Amino acid sequence: MDLSLSDEQKQLKDAAERFVRDKYTFENRRKIAATERGWLPENWAQFAELGWLGMSFSEEDGGYGGGPIETMIVMEEFGKGLVLEPFLPTVVLGGGMIASAGSKAQKEALLAPMIEGKKQFALAWLERQSRYNLADVSLKATKEGAGWSLSGHKGVVYNAPSADHIIVLARTAGSAREPKGLTLFIVDAKAKGISRRDYPTQDALRASELTFDKVSVGADAVLGKVDEAFPVVEGAVDRAIVALCAEATGCMDAINAATLEYIKTRKQFGVPIGKFQVLQHRMVDCFTNAQEARSMTLMASLKIDDKDPTVRAKAASGAKVQIGKSGKFCGQSAVQMHGGMGVTDELSVSHYFKRLTMIDLMFGNQQHHLTRYSNLAMAA
Amino acid sequence: MDLALKPEHKAFADEVRAFARDNLSPATREKTFSGKHYSRDDHMVWQQALGKKGWLAYTWPKKYGGPGWDVTQRFLFENVLAEEGAPRILPFGPKMVGPVIYTFGTDEQKERFLPGIRSSEVSWCQGYSEPGAGSDLANLRTRAVREGDHYIVNGQKTWTSFAHWGDWIFCLVRTNPDAKPQESISFLLIDMKTPGVTVRPIIMTDGAHHVNDVFLDNVKVPVENLIGKENEGWTCAKFLLANERLGIAEVPASKRGVSVLRQIARSEPQDGRTLADDPAFTAQIADIDLQVQALEMSELRVLSTMAQGGAPGPEVSTLKVRGSEIQQRIAELTMEAVGEYAQPYQPGMLFQDTNETPIGPDHAPPAAPRYFNMRKTSIYGGSTEIQKNIVSKMVLGL
Repeated sequence: MDLSLSDEQKQLKDAAERFVRDKYTFENRRKIAATERGWLPENWAQFAELGWLGMSFSEEDGGYGGGPIETMIVMEEFGKGLVLEPFLPTVVLGGGMIASAGSKAQKEALLAPMIEGKKQFALAWLERQSRYNLADVSLKATKEGAGWSLSGHKGVVYNAPSADHIIVLARTAGSAREPKGLTLFIVDAKAKGISRRDYPTQDALRASELTFDKVSVGADAVLGKVDEAFPVVEGAVDRAIVALCAEATGCMDAINAATLEYIKTRKQFGVPIGKFQVLQHRMVDCFTNAQEARSMTLMASLKIDDKDPTVRAKAASGAKVQIGKSGKFCGQSAVQMHGGMGVTDELSVSHYFKRLTMIDLMFGNQQHHLTRYSNLAMAA
Repeated sequence: MDLALKPEHKAFADEVRAFARDNLSPATREKTFSGKHYSRDDHMVWQQALGKKGWLAYTWPKKYGGPGWDVTQRFLFENVLAEEGAPRILPFGPKMVGPVIYTFGTDEQKERFLPGIRSSEVSWCQGYSEPGAGSDLANLRTRAVREGDHYIVNGQKTWTSFAHWGDWIFCLVRTNPDAKPQESISFLLIDMKTPGVTVRPIIMTDGAHHVNDVFLDNVKVPVENLIGKENEGWTCAKFLLANERLGIAEVPASKRGVSVLRQIARSEPQDGRTLADDPAFTAQIADIDLQVQALEMSELRVLSTMAQGGAPGPEVSTLKVRGSEIQQRIAELTMEAVGEYAQPYQPGMLFQDTNETPIGPDHAPPAAPRYFNMRKTSIYGGSTEIQKNIVSKMVLGL
């Protein structure tokens, strides 16, 4: 057992830290969030140049042979800066699914340019009725000649406004909520029949509601096997969950640091408020929560490539439960200890709090993953 | 002892309900149930209707133009209005400065200020907190220096709710820089139109503008606007805070929140059924429902003591603490009920009258913003930490 970072991983952490320090001051982030796109192409180009877009892919897929630990390192630093570039939808979800299920031709056409920073993706899985059930899919894909025709609705599709390709989870067979009978399609974002309603999210990211009206795609648009997409999506979402957990850990570090600084300097009753035991103990609990979050994220990152899907799923759900709990505690505590300042738009704490809250709601909240973990653990 | 209502109280509740149905605009009512923000007009039209009926200052004794209701009537009034979707009565005039004026003011001041408060023709805001005086309120620095018939006021107030709507502000100011904090504060009424008063918006985490900084730069205030004696304003300040803590528990709004939450759970899909079919979620609603009941009964016990001539004691702080936690929990569960669709930020649906269709269900747009915004309830009106200090010292003698 060895839980220390390699020299290369330390360099990666340093580089990511440097990027956030240089490019993501709170004021800079505010400016980036206010742009039309909501992220900066020059930052994306820098990610490509630094090798971050390809680091977690195998060398035969055109990547640099890293894995979940590299993703964890970068996502954690992104969390500290509340980085807005669409790394999660493009690299972790889109790239991850193409790497795990894509054909040689798809990898060449999509993964290689993504690693160079020239293509972006979005995963469209959620529908109005889905809540957190990945198999609750009713958007239909029907055979049309050699290809397919897609019709239906998808919601809260992160990065859809910027994506070159939308990866759509569609029902090709089976009944509602049946895991079997789902198929993934890689669809050109500008394909005829797709209409988009774009919006910012609570935490300043960009997403869309998508309507598919008889969108025609060829047979080569299928990612993986027809009717067999569920394990691919579930695996990719579990990986995305672990990456999100790393981001949340970074958010917690940053919000705790800001709060610690605040209670050391804010004076009431003639002393820094950090002198009051009730705040000292709450601050200690924040610190402990962030430690637990980091531990569970590390464990999940080490288990996420396990061959046994149950091990993988339990690790992802376990970490998500911890992140939900710790994120809420650190977020709410930071706001409380900042007093009125914590509920304003002016300080960074409220922005970290919002991001931590949204992370809990993404891909299943604390309660959902507690149930999922519990079911898996009881079945063993 | 009896929980059942007497016939005359039932008739009273019916009268209040009929009034609300006749006078509350459907648009305002809709905003309450959908969680949208009210405009100034939403508040003022409703409050002025209450004022005309003689019900706005409903906690006041008859002597000062209030209805002189008993505890049961007040309780019914608050609950029926909440059920009917009325906006809360902005407390600054009728619940805060009004009682201070009729308790500590001169006859002249009562005549001058009380009618405008009762009718809601005049809007008030609260000049208490300052950048350096939040939890430590007595540390306030705004100075009022006597010059002939006037005070010259300099300083800054902050977290001033609805200062941008206010005609008048009641301020705590320091009138003696050399004495102990509590013996050097005065309670002063300032016309917001006086030269030197500037209001700067503070934008909250949900994008809303409710609170402000108020800058006071050489503001000339006539001495007849002083309430009580000079340097004895701390007495007024504490009296007002005790009143504030009582109403701030917001029990009727929380009861409505629980019922709206159950509606949302019934409409939110999950695995082909609804969230109302998920015992893990409905148990959490039941838990907060019971907490609301405990709080309501505790509040009724305090009110019952007051009805027998007792004053609200420091134990009202516990009501404020639990009341804020409950409001926050209801907002949290509501957001969790909405799930992924709480993520789109839809300011148009929160702040404007719009014909746009919301993204996700109708109840989605305010869910997350409300959760963020409700964090303020354990901070304003004396933070949870301060309330607990009060209880440990004043009630438990620690």
